[in-house]
Amino acid sequence: MSILVNKDSRIVVQGITGRSGLFHTQQCREYGSNIVAGVTPGKGGIHIEGIPVFNSVAEAVKYTDANVAMIFVPPPGAADAILEAAAAGLALAVCITEGIPVRDMVPVKAILQQSKMLLVGPNCPGVITPGECKIGIMPGHIHKPGKIGVVSRSGTLTYEAVKQLTDVDLGQSTCVGIGGDPIIGMNFIDVLQMFNEDPDTEGVFMIGEIGGAAEEEAACWIREHMKKPVAAFIAGVTAPPGKRMGHAGAIITGGKGKAEDKIRTLNECGVTVASSPTRMGEAMQTALSAWTGRKKKK
Amino acid sequence: MNIHEYQAKEILNAYGIPIPRGRVALTADQVERAAKEMGGQCVVKAQIYAGGRGKAGGVKLVHHPEQAQTLAKELFGKTLVTPQTGPEGLRVRRILVEEAVDIAREFYLSITLDRSSSRYILIASAEGGMDIEEVANKSPEKIHTLAIDPFTGLRPFQARHIALQLGLSGSICEDCVSLILNLYRVCLEKDCALVEINPLVVTRAGWLMAMDAKITFDDNAIFRHREYPDMMDYSQLDPLEINAGKYDLAYIKLTGSIGCLVNGAGLAMATLDVLKEFGGEPANFLDVGGGATREKVAEAFKIILQDSDVKGIFVNIFGGIMRCDVIAHGIIEAASEVNCTLPIVVRMDGSQVEEGKRLLTESGLNVQCGDNLGDAAGKIVSMLG
Repeated sequence: MSILVNKDSRIVVQGITGRSGLFHTQQCREYGSNIVAGVTPGKGGIHIEGIPVFNSVAEAVKYTDANVAMIFVPPPGAADAILEAAAAGLALAVCITEGIPVRDMVPVKAILQQSKMLLVGPNCPGVITPGECKIGIMPGHIHKPGKIGVVSRSGTLTYEAVKQLTDVDLGQSTCVGIGGDPIIGMNFIDVLQMFNEDPDTEGVFMIGEIGGAAEEEAACWIREHMKKPVAAFIAGVTAPPGKRMGHAGAIITGGKGKAEDKIRTLNECGVTVASSPTRMGEAMQTALSAWTGRKKKK
Repeated sequence: MNIHEYQAKEILNAYGIPIPRGRVALTADQVERAAKEMGGQCVVKAQIYAGGRGKAGGVKLVHHPEQAQTLAKELFGKTLVTPQTGPEGLRVRRILVEEAVDIAREFYLSITLDRSSSRYILIASAEGGMDIEEVANKSPEKIHTLAIDPFTGLRPFQARHIALQLGLSGSICEDCVSLILNLYRVCLEKDCALVEINPLVVTRAGWLMAMDAKITFDDNAIFRHREYPDMMDYSQLDPLEINAGKYDLAYIKLTGSIGCLVNGAGLAMATLDVLKEFGGEPANFLDVGGGATREKVAEAFKIILQDSDVKGIFVNIFGGIMRCDVIAHGIIEAASEVNCTLPIVVRMDGSQVEEGKRLLTESGLNVQCGDNLGDAAGKIVSMLG
């Protein structure tokens, strides 16, 4: 079992004829993902790498029964692409695009709250259920099927965490990169909730960073609802205030969003926080064995 | 992207928001002339990309044009250090000369993104002129907020509710309603990450006026506004940061001696954390982007080496889809091109790691490879001893 995507996911790639859209379509297909269609307005009717291209998501759904979108549309059209996926009745859209203006995402977020489609991203590495389905730009080979759910605001730092998990023989059920932008679709809590309900996820590793309050909100939710052990890492302990660390959301302003506050809150809520980015796999092992110990005592 | 106070005020004024009469000056003589125009008594305001200027001596009331000129001579070229600039401060290159205004009351007003609700949020307080974070911490009841529905927009009755909460009444309350509605228009049409008037004042004569203003544009929306790059004052930015921006690299100068080259923002932050843990001091934050191409790695290398504080370089690339041998070629190319003799420690992961490592060790460069993040961080720190 897994969350969000699996071997039955039928993927439509929006922006398939772009350079990175096409490259990652090929990579995902090599991993075993079932890419059934592509969409590029104005190019409908052609085939690319044997994949039929349509002018709209609605057409792609009609002819191929696609149910998940992978979005590589450039920033000016990306918000529209997300809304198009929702209007076509897809269950999930994974938006990889980096650099979408906030003003475009505010209405998208409001519309999605009324829609049944889930959004992962934007500005994220995507979602992977190891051994079954990869929708995104992450390197497939570092993953290993297993029972740890991974949720992260970061890209390459997630790969680092996943590799450390794999190295200590902790495979993953599903890894979800929720994205580093100020406005994103699914947040930590949405994903934690799904891992909580997924019978084959036994523990969760969460990767956060400075800026905003998403990690603190997640910590409170974990304390109230989580039935599984959670370990975490927060990047940016040494980041200076007022400097935006790459991601639009990663900035300490007015004393808010500091890593130390996030770590303290997570600790208080029962989450094992890795003291160093070199010890993420170890922190997950600690969280798992502490949990088993607690169960035995009960 | 930041702009100066005077530029923010020009934008507000174009949307019908009253601002004091004023003029921007680039020399002390221009300041004197502007002061004469204002009638002698005026406010001299240093223009830097940071707040807290008053306490640092960057904002002063003067009574004669000569006094304005003398003050301007002191200010031009001076580095102002405020709580928002960091210890290195920012240099004054432009001065705003404004008419002195008799103030009856001061307020705070801003619109920014509220990340929790994913909506723009209007923030208002009768405690104007103050640091709003401080007000929020000490007396949160004095802060009034409204999360704006993107579909209905900001409605006049909602703006009126806020104006009434600020204690305004009568015609000035109605003036405040249109001012708030116009502020929201500025926020949307100009793609602002923040638009702030602090203080918004009621003058003794009974007018509303934006005495100080700050606008930050959404970096992601610059492509929609051709005029924005020209509004940028490059003297307010670190030259290395400007250069990095040209190659789409996120670079931030820090104070240590280990130059860092990392792909991905989160991993770059974690790299700084791990260096500090091992007792090293990073010279910079540098994210070449998750995809780390050979060209970007090469450009990043050159930028790091322009910083004379750098005594060694730490490369941390989680290649992922990009092959490590390709990245190794990028490093070797760049390091040879600029004759880099500094010690380099490379930690790479992803496909073709062994081939990448072999290329690096046989390159003749002063380079070592680390097996993992901790191993590599320990190596660079001990090499710089």
